[in-house]
Amino acid sequence: MSTTIPTLRPKFEITSRAVLPSRETKIAVDALNFYYGRAQALKDITLTIPARMVMAFIGPSGCGKTTFLRTLNRMNDVIPATRVEGKVMIDGADIYSASADVVELRRKVGMVFQKSNPFPKSIFDNVAYGLKINRLASSRSELEGRVEEALKDAALWEEVKDRLKSSALGLSGGQQQRLCIARALAIRPEVILMDEPASALDPIATSKIEELIMDLKNQYTIVIVTHNMQQAARVSDLTAFFLLGKLIEINTTEKLFTAPDEKVTEDYVTGRFG
Amino acid sequence: MEVHRHLDEELDHLRDSVLRLGGEAETALRRAMESLVGRDSAAARAVLDHDDEIDQLEVEVDRQCVDIFALRQPAARDLRFVMSVAKMAPVLERIADHACNIARAALDLNDEPELKNQAQLRHMGEMASSMLGAALDAFTRNDAAAAREVIKRDAEINDLYNRLFHDLIEMMAREPITATRDARLLFVAKHLERIGDYVTDICELNVYMTEAAIIKHKH
Repeated sequence: MSTTIPTLRPKFEITSRAVLPSRETKIAVDALNFYYGRAQALKDITLTIPARMVMAFIGPSGCGKTTFLRTLNRMNDVIPATRVEGKVMIDGADIYSASADVVELRRKVGMVFQKSNPFPKSIFDNVAYGLKINRLASSRSELEGRVEEALKDAALWEEVKDRLKSSALGLSGGQQQRLCIARALAIRPEVILMDEPASALDPIATSKIEELIMDLKNQYTIVIVTHNMQQAARVSDLTAFFLLGKLIEINTTEKLFTAPDEKVTEDYVTGRFG
Repeated sequence: MEVHRHLDEELDHLRDSVLRLGGEAETALRRAMESLVGRDSAAARAVLDHDDEIDQLEVEVDRQCVDIFALRQPAARDLRFVMSVAKMAPVLERIADHACNIARAALDLNDEPELKNQAQLRHMGEMASSMLGAALDAFTRNDAAAAREVIKRDAEINDLYNRLFHDLIEMMAREPITATRDARLLFVAKHLERIGDYVTDICELNVYMTEAAIIKHKH
């Protein structure tokens, strides 16, 4: 696997004096444009996402943050009449190149959606599903071990270990969302994309998801879209603000929420936007 | 945008409260110095009588800050404003406490013969009052440049204090009979010098609030 990180033009300089640990670049996006038919949804996005950090995307509805998130594992490919220009490099390899393997990409870049979507199967089978179809476990004991590991990583094991054969649909909303995270973790991705993962959850379930995100960032690169600015402030190391398909500002979360560089970002985070 | 209008109203209310606290601290300082240089014990007692009200105002500003933090989760310039006000309120309350100490010294000194160094103290007091007024004006106008100018004046008040300190020590050596009164004046001078430092703190908070720049310990 190529590990060459391309040097892209630095469009945004992170200006905070906060000391961030030096990390290699996991994702590098260069001059990305995205179109739904003739409507341009993303305009000239350039940014880099360091490995093993949490980056949050914020912005008003329709600003392009979810569209952008979905370009990072080519989830928009399934939407007809869409078009991508520019580069998205993960570990130095362009995921939109003709030779890119989309199945391998999605194994490497997992995704958790706004609404939890467990399969109508047992808890065990939900987590084991990706392992089975990708033939990632060579024996039953290995499969069980990987399922247990994923459920532990998703902070769900203690709550479900005695009912692994029960239907996943019997879990609470927060547990279902953590099950979906466990399902994503089971195939050992390197990047996890989260599209408003806690927007439908109560404060306790939300806080469990947030704790989990902070634990997971030691092993994974996490990109999260959220409408909840306090959530972005709580869980992320870096925050990017999008508006009308453009990346307006990317900064350390601490800087963006205390002293953003752009006035329009300040108007948004202080709630005086529009 | 109803929510934003409410937040703006709360921030305006907080600004009014802290400026009222600032105005009270200014008045306390001015009256305390009048009581000392004008030998007006009634003015000194008025300063002391009013101090509880200033303490209550500080508590009120605190409460408003906590409410805004808890209920509005301010960000960016709003966060810096509430944070600065939360730090400014105890500073203003302490300035008023120093004014009370000056008023107490006045009550002791007004029954004794006047000392010539009291004229120097008048100048120092005027400088402290003028710096405090300018700092509060700069805060009202979100004027970081004016705040920086006020900070520069702290060196003058420190120089005055050092001169007065030496004069008073000399005086004590030369005329030991005045030592008790000299010592009281020395304390008054120290209170004024500390007020200069507190005014500097207020100005640094203004610069943080306005420009998001942390300048404390850097000048």
